[in-house]
Amino acid sequence: MNFVANFSDLKVVGTRPVRPDGIDKVTGKAMFGADLSMAGTLTGKVLRSPHAHARIVSIDASKALALPGVKAVVTAAGDFPEISSEEAAAGESPVNFRHMAHNVLARDKVLYEGHAVAAVAATTSAIADAAMALIDVTYEVLPFVIDVEAAMADGAPILHDDLVPSGMAAPGKPTNIAKRVEFKLGDAEAGLAEADVVVEGRYETTAVHQGYIEPHAVIASVNPDGQTQIFASSQGQFMIRQYVSKILNMDIANIRVTPAEIGGGFGGKTLVYLEPLAVALSRKAGKPVKMVMTRDEVFRSSGPTSGGVMTVKIGAKKDGTITGATIDIALQAGAFPGSPVAPACMCAFACYDLKNVRASGYDVVSNRSKIAAYRAPGAPISSFGVESAMDELATKLGMDALELRQKNAAKAGTKAAYGPVFPEIGFEQVLDAAKSHPHWSAPLGPNQGRGVATGFWFNIGGDSSASVFVNEDGTISVVSGSPDIGGSRASMAMMAAEVLGVPYEKVRPIVGDTAQIGITGMTGGSRVTFATGMATVQAAEKVVDELKKRAAMIWDISPEAVDWKDGEAVPAGANAGGFDPMPLAAIAAKAGKTGGPIGSEVSINAQGAGAGFGAHICDVEVDQETGHVKILRYTAVQDVGKAIHPSYVEGQIQGGAVQGIGWALNEEYLYDKNGRMDNSGFLDYRVPVASDLPMIEAVLVEVPNKRHPFGVRGVGEVPIIPPLAAVANAIKAATGVRMHSLPMSPPKIVAAIESGKG
Amino acid sequence: MPRLSYAAPASVPDAVKLLAGAQGLAKVMSGGTDLLVQLRSGRAKPELIVDTKKIPGMMGIRETADGWVIGAATPSAELSEHAGFSAAYPGVVEGTNLIGSTQVQGRASLAGNLCNASPAADSVPAMIAAGAVAVVVGPTGQRSVPVAQIVTAPGRTSLAKGEFIFEFHFPKVSGKQADAYLRFIPRTEMDIAVVGCGVNLTLDAAGVITAASVVLGAVAPTQVAVDATSIVGSKLDDAALAALDTAARAACNPINDKRGTIEFRTKVAGVLARRAAKIAYDRAGAR
Ligand SMILES: Cc1cc2nc3c(=O)[nH]c(=O)nc-3n(C[C@H](O)[C@H](O)[C@H](O)COP(=O)(O)OP(=O)(O)OC[C@H]3O[C@@H](n4cnc5c(N)ncnc54)[C@H](O)[C@@H]3O)c2cc1C
Repeated sequence: MNFVANFSDLKVVGTRPVRPDGIDKVTGKAMFGADLSMAGTLTGKVLRSPHAHARIVSIDASKALALPGVKAVVTAAGDFPEISSEEAAAGESPVNFRHMAHNVLARDKVLYEGHAVAAVAATTSAIADAAMALIDVTYEVLPFVIDVEAAMADGAPILHDDLVPSGMAAPGKPTNIAKRVEFKLGDAEAGLAEADVVVEGRYETTAVHQGYIEPHAVIASVNPDGQTQIFASSQGQFMIRQYVSKILNMDIANIRVTPAEIGGGFGGKTLVYLEPLAVALSRKAGKPVKMVMTRDEVFRSSGPTSGGVMTVKIGAKKDGTITGATIDIALQAGAFPGSPVAPACMCAFACYDLKNVRASGYDVVSNRSKIAAYRAPGAPISSFGVESAMDELATKLGMDALELRQKNAAKAGTKAAYGPVFPEIGFEQVLDAAKSHPHWSAPLGPNQGRGVATGFWFNIGGDSSASVFVNEDGTISVVSGSPDIGGSRASMAMMAAEVLGVPYEKVRPIVGDTAQIGITGMTGGSRVTFATGMATVQAAEKVVDELKKRAAMIWDISPEAVDWKDGEAVPAGANAGGFDPMPLAAIAAKAGKTGGPIGSEVSINAQGAGAGFGAHICDVEVDQETGHVKILRYTAVQDVGKAIHPSYVEGQIQGGAVQGIGWALNEEYLYDKNGRMDNSGFLDYRVPVASDLPMIEAVLVEVPNKRHPFGVRGVGEVPIIPPLAAVANAIKAATGVRMHSLPMSPPKIVAAIESGKG
Repeated sequence: MPRLSYAAPASVPDAVKLLAGAQGLAKVMSGGTDLLVQLRSGRAKPELIVDTKKIPGMMGIRETADGWVIGAATPSAELSEHAGFSAAYPGVVEGTNLIGSTQVQGRASLAGNLCNASPAADSVPAMIAAGAVAVVVGPTGQRSVPVAQIVTAPGRTSLAKGEFIFEFHFPKVSGKQADAYLRFIPRTEMDIAVVGCGVNLTLDAAGVITAASVVLGAVAPTQVAVDATSIVGSKLDDAALAALDTAARAACNPINDKRGTIEFRTKVAGVLARRAAKIAYDRAGAR
């Protein structure tokens, strides 16, 4: 299908119908990861390391196995194959299956507190708990390192003796640096030398968790012939199938993964933790095994995203033209390599049209749980530094913060430091919309301040499959391979309805299991509405072609003489014949006589994702005596390409903004002196609560991505990027103090106000 | 496998007998909003839980000639919905109103908040500032204990084995007297006080403070009273407020932990003492 140039022709796309999964969710009927049970299901639990770093000397499970009701115990050495190091491109960050296997179950060494050491399956939860207490693990405790700069320092405890860093000269001794990346355009240092004004700052962020409400949960059942069923909450049923097959060396065809409803993922469910353990336990016990993490386990053992430290330098001419910019950043990877340092560097300056720019970064392992993707992986971190520095630059130049950004905005034809030349993008339109929004010029009271910051995300395409079936009565079934975490079932149904010319309510979408639909990449990177949407549109178009063929057959004219209009076959012109329009339902009713059931499945590798840009305006009021920050008003402007379902697009923007505000203000991983996480619950890991926030106003700018039939860009990542700096810039305006380190929690703000240095 | 028994006796003697006769750890339960959470996390491992809510008198609010009698297990939602008690002790109700959420307040009680013995308990500073007294029942009969003397250390109370709190007595509020409670948390709800401050003031007809009680939470192992003599005799002018700020800081003996640093807690204690005193002063003046 070609790009729909005239949006006013659209009947379904752009409207706000009720989501098909809504009733199940609000009535509690929806089946989340922990909601399925099978006859004879055992409870599986994980024994985890109490040490931040230790060698496993021995594991003796004999006493646990002797306990009545204990059906299986698995360990890495006893039950998992040792697999070779193999990097694979997967989802948002590359994966190494050997590391992934070692993260699922520690082999030889535990690398962080909470690292899985063994798993048990028992007839009850209490017996499983008792069994874990009976497993004797002898550890040789090793020195540990938590902080990223300490991990890079000489003499730091080394996590992996065999780690060979890529992208840099071999250090000639063991290191915790896994990788160095660099992206360059022009000569950044020369550019900085040309500047009239230079700002430089060091910025720091802490690890933050994705904070999904639903903990990781799985039920797995393995039959003696190897056929395996897995029901789990994740961002990709095909991801689980592939990773379990790799880690346990199983045939993919033997594994069928059914996606549960997912209670949030935000990137954190793009990995396996429990699934291989449940399969290994079920295989050994001969019964289904269910495993559900506690919140404590979710925090300690499933990925947060990286914290990092960075130095940012930006130089500009007096008129605001940026002449050069650099960022040097080091990100925590957790216990195994794989921080999002590359996207952090690639996104850092992507909002701006710069001739001289350099972004370099290090990927560094330390004794923390292995990081996982989190919305726009890496981008919010580097953006915090860059957009804080942009604010400093605006102040130094005496320029309006939005005008400085307008002056340097990336546009069609801008070459980004990470390589591509942007096609049509909407950043200038976003900045214009922010500037003309009444929020930007609204008056402020005492102790109040306003900040603005911007953000960029690539958005991605990739492998997607969808099928569209015409039912006997002319209603439509749509199946896709994408777990629905942002309202994508509704969007798929809407796009299919638009193409077929039928009402949305006549189209019912589901998410298929791995045996029902072709391979589909994970739900992540803001790819689903774009890529799976494209597959759905193409499948619906094939169905339309078939419907026209059937009508032609009934009318006995050539298929080219049939048009499809508003859900009906019509003769293409006067020459085609004087037939009455034939509705879809009438064609469906005759399908048995015209060639059989009508349906189509399309599998594609979607290309041409359109980059997204946003600008957020934030007003705060700071209690100067307690450091409490109140968000007074928040406006998030974003180029969304085309909003298929505007409410769900607004929801993505609001949710991203809120997560970013939490990251800015109070969320952080705290470790005690033994390297153990000190705040592994929602009481002390402070995500914002509803009463903390005003209504987040989402402003949709629509500059369509012409490589998607309806102009979709992808919207889920951009909104988490600007809040960190938008809040920091607002606090600067309210207090006069620049906060350089996250979270900007009350004790830090009070200390900064008192010392004049943040 | 460990066993856990549950009993819901219908009289004080039955409850005392169960508690006093228990072999292992026996816990009294009121709302259960602390106890059940601790049970699930494995922090408390009792063998017996004695639920007091079936005992007549454990729940309810009565006004008497001397003041108010509050059943120890009365849920905080009932306190805030009670017009008379809320008017008499707005500060105590401010404390209970901050506990958790609407759902939690449907269960959470004063006795549980007090006997959980957290330095951060939100209803306790204003209870102590009010001069409330706990009626304790047990194997040796009944005794009256000032609320200030119940908590001895984090997680510890002065109650003996078999004893529990039956009810609280709040003195009658007369003349220009009023209280207030403020707490500081980084968010706006669902959090634990980093600092809490309850203030109870009595004024004369001219607005001069004749009696003052200021109690801090979360800045020491137990709630601590602030030496408030410096504001007695004042109209809470700037000098009195500054003196109160200093006295509040001096009363602090906090720790550095994940919820706040020593410096931060100490500073905020002074800030909250000033702000809560102003609210109590304005309320008392309006009476
Ligand atoms: C989500 C959530 C949020 C919360 N937020 C707050 C908050 O903001 N501020 C705050 O202060 N607290 C908070 N709490 C803690 C708790 O709700 C309060 O401490 C509450 O007042 C406890 O009362 P309860 O009746 O539920 O106590 P229970 O759980 O029944 O008992 C608590 C303790 O007191 C003992 N006890 C109970 N009754 C008696 C009695 N009559 N005599 C002697 N001992 C007794 C028990 O044995 C136990 O040790 C929160 C709890 C939750 C779950």
